[in-house]
Amino acid sequence: MNNVLATLIDILSQPAILVALIALIGLLAQRKNLSDTMKGTTKTFVGFLVIAAGAGILETSLVPFGDMFQEAFNVSGVVPNNEAIVALALNEYGSNTALIMFFGMIVNILIARFTRFKYIFLTGHHTLYMACMLAVIMAVAGFNTVPLIAAGSVALGIIMTLSPAILQPFMRKLTGNDNVALGHFSAVGYALSGLVGKAVKGKESTSTEKIDFPKGLGFLRDSTVSIALTMVVMYFVVALAAGPAFIEAELSDDTNYLVFSLIQAGNFAAGVFIILAGVRLVLAEIVPAFKGISTKLVPNAKPALDVPIVFTYAPNAVLIGFFSSFVGGLFSMIIMAVVGSTIILPGVVPHFFTGAAAGVFGNATGGVKGAVAGSFVNGIIISFLPVFLLPVLGDLGFANTTFSDADFGVGGIFFGTLANYAGPMAIVISLVVILVLMAIPFRSKKSA
Amino acid sequence: MKFLAVCGSGLGTSFMVEMNIKQVLEELGVTGVEVSHSDLSSASPGDADVFFLAKDIAEGGEHLGEVVVLDNIIDMDELKEKVTKVAEEKNLI
Repeated sequence: MNNVLATLIDILSQPAILVALIALIGLLAQRKNLSDTMKGTTKTFVGFLVIAAGAGILETSLVPFGDMFQEAFNVSGVVPNNEAIVALALNEYGSNTALIMFFGMIVNILIARFTRFKYIFLTGHHTLYMACMLAVIMAVAGFNTVPLIAAGSVALGIIMTLSPAILQPFMRKLTGNDNVALGHFSAVGYALSGLVGKAVKGKESTSTEKIDFPKGLGFLRDSTVSIALTMVVMYFVVALAAGPAFIEAELSDDTNYLVFSLIQAGNFAAGVFIILAGVRLVLAEIVPAFKGISTKLVPNAKPALDVPIVFTYAPNAVLIGFFSSFVGGLFSMIIMAVVGSTIILPGVVPHFFTGAAAGVFGNATGGVKGAVAGSFVNGIIISFLPVFLLPVLGDLGFANTTFSDADFGVGGIFFGTLANYAGPMAIVISLVVILVLMAIPFRSKKSA
Repeated sequence: MKFLAVCGSGLGTSFMVEMNIKQVLEELGVTGVEVSHSDLSSASPGDADVFFLAKDIAEGGEHLGEVVVLDNIIDMDELKEKVTKVAEEKNLI
């Protein structure tokens, strides 16, 4: 009997098997035929192992980068990248992540069904990443086993609902209707950009779309290209600062230090590429199941969709927002260097996606001035939030990479700080209070 | 016959477009079309017969071959119109 139990625990503590089981349940619930069910379950299983393989490659690139940065500047340097940190975290927190994701989606459906917050968060990769961060935060906070899953799932369900909700006033202004929401965990940055846009708007604001702006930076949207190019630049700068003597003696095994850096920068992009392929396999069955089930259970649901849906509303603001946010990141980096804190390096991927969207929202409320100022503020936020997020992530705070988008920072710091000052019980109380507040059927004048 | 939805990172947007294309094809009663999604880096001309891209990354996907550009990726009416046109051209309906 004990053997059976031990085997069962072994099975459930293997995240790859666990996500495959979750996919299987989803496929059976949708009454898929045998071949679809087999295919979907197997793909999900393999996908999880692909992510782990990508994490291995990424680590060979990140560890020497961290050592070089430390040698050159005597502080830690962090490259925020969601895929990187999630892949590394899944090694240890995989099973909890899978369970929190599964139950968190159910909590999202329940909140949408029974409260006035009708948002269904359909950006699956962000759900996975947030589930992963909550698994880490809740473990560091002192939870384990069932309470950990429960607290993580409720927190995930709440974040999946509130993130689109706080942005919806700006989405209404942008899209002109109330049917679609934005499901991207940097909503705090976007909403702030919208507010900044409103504040800086002069008497007459010109939309970014009225100016003639050079095209041709579309290749940055190709994430492999943009990650590889920025990592090459960062690696070279750090390698030159650390010097050939250190690198060739300690890290590269006598290979020329710049050649070594070029290859390691490429390895980072290669690792992310593999991780993305794994994430795609894992989500392939889970997201359509979630969408199908939520459509049935929540008739008037508002789908919260991935961030590029807002890009087409203002293509110029996308580019202006990216540049302005990146400048905000560089500005923050200088401040961090002066203060002597951990240095958060501005990654092109987070600044592109969140800066671009911040530009669109800033433009919607404040024209060109709003786009520039709003996304600059976004750039500063996504640089400084990670500084305060790192300490609540336990051992993962030393991984040389971390979560990049604003809501991860805000959510992580909120729960992590609560736990630090008042213990895990404070997290439970805060979750209950938030749920009760959300359940009050209050309607604001605007939306009535 | 294969359709491929493509976006920058191949995670969220292209996945949503894939699910919407499947829904439109079902409404049209078209069967035998494989629909999937990918990122811009991985997509290559032989991967599918028709590629669906949002307007903002269209210039990055010109090399793919037969490309359908979506002006507004959340507009189901536009998608339905464009998928129907492709289905007619390919003699699927």
